[in-house]
Amino acid sequence: MSQAVAQYEPPYVQVLDENGNVTNPDLLPSLSDEQLRELMKRMVFTRIWDQRAIKLSRQGRLGFYAPVAGQEASMIGCEFATQKEDFLLPGYRDIPQCYFHGYPLHQLFLYSRGHQLGGKVPEGVNCMLPQIIIGAQIVQTPGVALAFKLRGEKRVAITFTGDGGTSQGDFYEGMNFAGAMNLPAVFFVQNNQYAISVPREMQTHAKTLAQKAVAAGIPGIQVDGMDVLAVYRVTHEAVERARAGEGPAMIEAVTFRYGPHTMSGDDPTRYRTKETQEEWERKDPLIRFRKYLEGKGLWSESEEQAYIEEAKEIVNQALKQADEAEKMAVADLIDTMFAEPTPTLKRQRAEITGEGAN
Amino acid sequence: MAQMTMIQAITHALDLELARDERVLVFGEDVGNNGGVFRATEGLQKKYGADRVFDTPLAESGIIGLANGLAIQGFRPVPEIQFFGFVFEAFDQIAGQLARTRYRSGGRYTAPVTIRSPFGGGVHTPEMHADSLEGLFVQTPGVKVVIPSNPYEAKGLLLAAIRDPDPVIFLEHMKLYRSFRQEVPEDDYTIPLGVANVVREGKDATVIAYGAMVSVAQKAAEQWSKEKGLEAEVIDLRTISPIDIDTIVKSIQKTNRAIVVQEAQRSAGAAAEIVAQINEQAIYHLEAPVLRATPPDTVYPFGMIEDEWLPTPQYVVNTLNKVMAL
Repeated sequence: MSQAVAQYEPPYVQVLDENGNVTNPDLLPSLSDEQLRELMKRMVFTRIWDQRAIKLSRQGRLGFYAPVAGQEASMIGCEFATQKEDFLLPGYRDIPQCYFHGYPLHQLFLYSRGHQLGGKVPEGVNCMLPQIIIGAQIVQTPGVALAFKLRGEKRVAITFTGDGGTSQGDFYEGMNFAGAMNLPAVFFVQNNQYAISVPREMQTHAKTLAQKAVAAGIPGIQVDGMDVLAVYRVTHEAVERARAGEGPAMIEAVTFRYGPHTMSGDDPTRYRTKETQEEWERKDPLIRFRKYLEGKGLWSESEEQAYIEEAKEIVNQALKQADEAEKMAVADLIDTMFAEPTPTLKRQRAEITGEGAN
Repeated sequence: MAQMTMIQAITHALDLELARDERVLVFGEDVGNNGGVFRATEGLQKKYGADRVFDTPLAESGIIGLANGLAIQGFRPVPEIQFFGFVFEAFDQIAGQLARTRYRSGGRYTAPVTIRSPFGGGVHTPEMHADSLEGLFVQTPGVKVVIPSNPYEAKGLLLAAIRDPDPVIFLEHMKLYRSFRQEVPEDDYTIPLGVANVVREGKDATVIAYGAMVSVAQKAAEQWSKEKGLEAEVIDLRTISPIDIDTIVKSIQKTNRAIVVQEAQRSAGAAAEIVAQINEQAIYHLEAPVLRATPPDTVYPFGMIEDEWLPTPQYVVNTLNKVMAL
């Protein structure tokens, strides 16, 4: 039998190598010194927050939490490439993108704890709450993008999933709808090498995940997900291309999570070797970007220490605010099922509260 | 006033709502240029343009996902699932997403989506076209389920469904699409969701039905009257989630006996929920247990034996006789 597998090599984009040296000067995004420092600050914040969230989760002060250490460049770089009016459809790990897009931190903590207020995204913040069903956010993305297109708004819908998520039917359907309807949408895949314990090679025989865009007839780009400048560059291009009415794109960011899948009892030493872990730790996005900025005289050790304290304080304040949230009542849950409770729900509400029972 | 089939009444309702509310969008497989596989959307794309009425790729999860995304951005999508047997493809986007949008976001996002879909037996369709799967959504908190039984009500209920601020599943029985015509006013009217309709008055037993079983129940009531001189009160539920238990209880207070007739299998549909609510609220008015007239718990039958499997007027009469003898 002849080899009938389509050959496709998506572009692989890198700007900084592991030592913070510019490998591809043509692709250096035009960012101001202030923007570059902001990118670093956000990555530091995310690392600090992640460490804190893991501790809080162990102490029982947070509930569901999916660690993000290792994925900072990928998460921060892509959100930084969006405008505030662009709409995010996050998965459950995409908490940093939500936060930097305006989703208040204390509400993200409440979401983690299982409080309804956690999902009540403030008006004007263009973000859906985190999605638990892997792929569900991807088929909703064309709907958001179509709304923008129909209203003639120059806005973009961007959604996120992991490597495992690319095996879902909804992943394909979402990209294909966006392609068929030429919608302003960006599909951002964070390939962190493992879907819980299952290595990426077991998801698909495809050599890259980016090439899956071929099935939808849209551009697919692979990017070094440990390189914040490359992620920013590639996402910015995709977002602005979509904004200009030129259709959707898919981005695969090759990255790694240093921690467990979630804080719900996953132990990555069962399925990852120490060598693999160390290999990826050498690629740490913070180290390489810090070296780059230090080389340009834009970052220093003392500055980082000061910022770490600031980040800790932001987290503390958010926690305090989360603690102050009013307790939920089952009657309130009933009241948020529909605009107006059905007679059946009214009866059940009366049974619970003892008010107006019949 | 005009004589319309149920399918014409549905097209008419969509036409009115597309004209009235520019947030309304109609889409699905073959609903655009083709006008729908049953002509339910005939002429609408031509009248309102391909931005309002359009075809989608062939993927049910994608279609309802599209509706969900549009809804959280303020549109009022009216997607179609070509046959309700294909709903399994979109189950997460309905039960896992659409139904929960308001709740999980504390009211920040809502999902005013009306899913239209044909279903129902008696027209010899291939596999997975006729199945009565409404019960799956009676068990899904957050969605309303509406099943009209005639042209007049199809229009009024569909207009109410599209205007409802929450998701509605609007199921259209294929056998009722063109089986008869009825006077349907041209003007704008709605029939409230969640309210049943007494279609035949009687004093001896209550028959609760919906969809194509309403006319089966009415035929059975006539036959029962002729054969036994007993009068059945027939209730057309119209909305099967939430159930209008008050209308049912009021009827049982008069008749003291009830049966539920449905096209779905015994363990499916809405019948068990209806019986349970009657037990909770009308047990002291009952002279006999509430019985169900339904097909058996098999997979939906092969086309050649469909008519024997589906409940007939005679079967309903037999069930009425049984409940009188208890």
